[in-house]
Amino acid sequence: MVARRERIVTPMHALQALQALGSREVIKFVHQKGRLFSALVRPALWLIVFAAGFQNVFGVAVIPPYETYIEYQVYIVPGLLGMVLLFNGMQSSLAMVYDREMGLMRLLLTAPLPRWYLLLCKLLAGTLLSVLQAYAFLLLCIVFQVDVPLIGWLYALPTLILGGMMLGSLGLLLSVHIKQLENFAGTMNFVIFPMFFISSALYPLWKLQESGAEIVYALARFNPFTHAIELIRFALYGKFNGVSLAVVIGCTVLFFVLAVYGYDPQKGMVGRVQKPV
Amino acid sequence: MNDTGVAQAAKVLDVESVSKSYGPRKALDNVTMEVGTGEFVALLGPNGAGKTTLFQLLSGLFVSDSGEILIRGHDIRRDPIAALAGMGVVFQQPTLDLDLTVQSNLLFHCRLHGLRSKRAHARIAEELQRLGLEDRAREPVRALSGGNRRKIELARALLHDPHVLLMDEATVGLDPASRTSLLRYVHELCITRGMGVLWATHLVDEAEQASRVLVLHEGRLLASGPPAHLVGVAGAGSLSEAFLSMTGVNPEKTAES
Repeated sequence: MVARRERIVTPMHALQALQALGSREVIKFVHQKGRLFSALVRPALWLIVFAAGFQNVFGVAVIPPYETYIEYQVYIVPGLLGMVLLFNGMQSSLAMVYDREMGLMRLLLTAPLPRWYLLLCKLLAGTLLSVLQAYAFLLLCIVFQVDVPLIGWLYALPTLILGGMMLGSLGLLLSVHIKQLENFAGTMNFVIFPMFFISSALYPLWKLQESGAEIVYALARFNPFTHAIELIRFALYGKFNGVSLAVVIGCTVLFFVLAVYGYDPQKGMVGRVQKPV
Repeated sequence: MNDTGVAQAAKVLDVESVSKSYGPRKALDNVTMEVGTGEFVALLGPNGAGKTTLFQLLSGLFVSDSGEILIRGHDIRRDPIAALAGMGVVFQQPTLDLDLTVQSNLLFHCRLHGLRSKRAHARIAEELQRLGLEDRAREPVRALSGGNRRKIELARALLHDPHVLLMDEATVGLDPASRTSLLRYVHELCITRGMGVLWATHLVDEAEQASRVLVLHEGRLLASGPPAHLVGVAGAGSLSEAFLSMTGVNPEKTAES
């Protein structure tokens, strides 16, 4: 005898689950006192040390969205915001692997909610942290007197959320395939570094083309991380970059759908191996 | 099906011909079993018998290759949300967040199960009080002893008033006193709340008081019935002798200390 479906998830229940995962993420972040510090030190070092060495590297070229000549420090702010989002996105996925090893994942997956929704909650909770850290970095930019228009803070919000979601869902997708924490560092070397360096984070793409690095230029143009950065860069100056928006949304959806597929025990990877979850 | 003693209507857990393979290895082979309201069913098997696999299927973490699993009539594969809503699980590995307080751990669970704030707080207080742990609510889980952590996991599994409780080797790593008290508490739950319990263990003494014992060995269910019945069928003097004659594995009577 099979009972008919009688229970559907109410919006209230859905919100509560989001609240549960969001507040857990924030509480854990607050507990780990070193985490905000290290999240900020990384881009701050780039901003202060690296940018000092490249102070006048652009010559007089003016590239959109900028309307005048800019200092290198100003140029790399969006890239470093991207770096903050990238690292936190990957850290959330590291937490997923950790949770899986520690069994916390079981708790989530046995909750009476659709699995895709639980993963979405997890993604949103991680993105919340990403965005908070990005704003903490923007505050740091003020401290170091790097000029970012204040109204740009507001315009950048949706792009930071989108960028955070894209990189977070990439992290989710990776967490499906990383079976143990030990494999994590290696995987990160093949994700974080190439994504960051083969992008417009540190140099405008025309520089790559100019120096004849055609392959790197082509790769960088197709790197979704480039588009996340350009989306943020344009938004910071009140401008809109349609192509980048489309790429970022498309990649977010793609990565997330693949991650959900990976976590589905009937189809995905997690169900195929012997002892995960 | 009279030998199992479960009335058709009162089944809280119903497993029909479930099989599961990992590559060439058959972890579960055509397992059929059930748990009725208020029943304490012990799933007895040596390590590696397939108990954990069965629990992973029952809690929807994996799917079976064939067969059907119903929780209060809801198919775990087709209707997982309704099935999971009526189920409480205590996993073999600890799943508490050690850095968070007892209260936040329990609240986290309540929210995942959609309990409103007021009800959640009332239920947490109730379960903690029953276990005599109400004054530990604000402490981080890390500060608790192994036995108390297990009790908190049990309290958590009960917060949403499940109809069936799955305990996967829940006493592993506990000292004898904590083990006995946990076992006694779960027996009480069957009587006072009419909860069906499936208690997986490799320790024969934990199965002695069960309403029924299922003997699982190498993925197959070898026997099912009240402890006395199994002893009689095997022509043995005790449950552990019966277990030995069925599986050829020398049973561990109690946890090694």
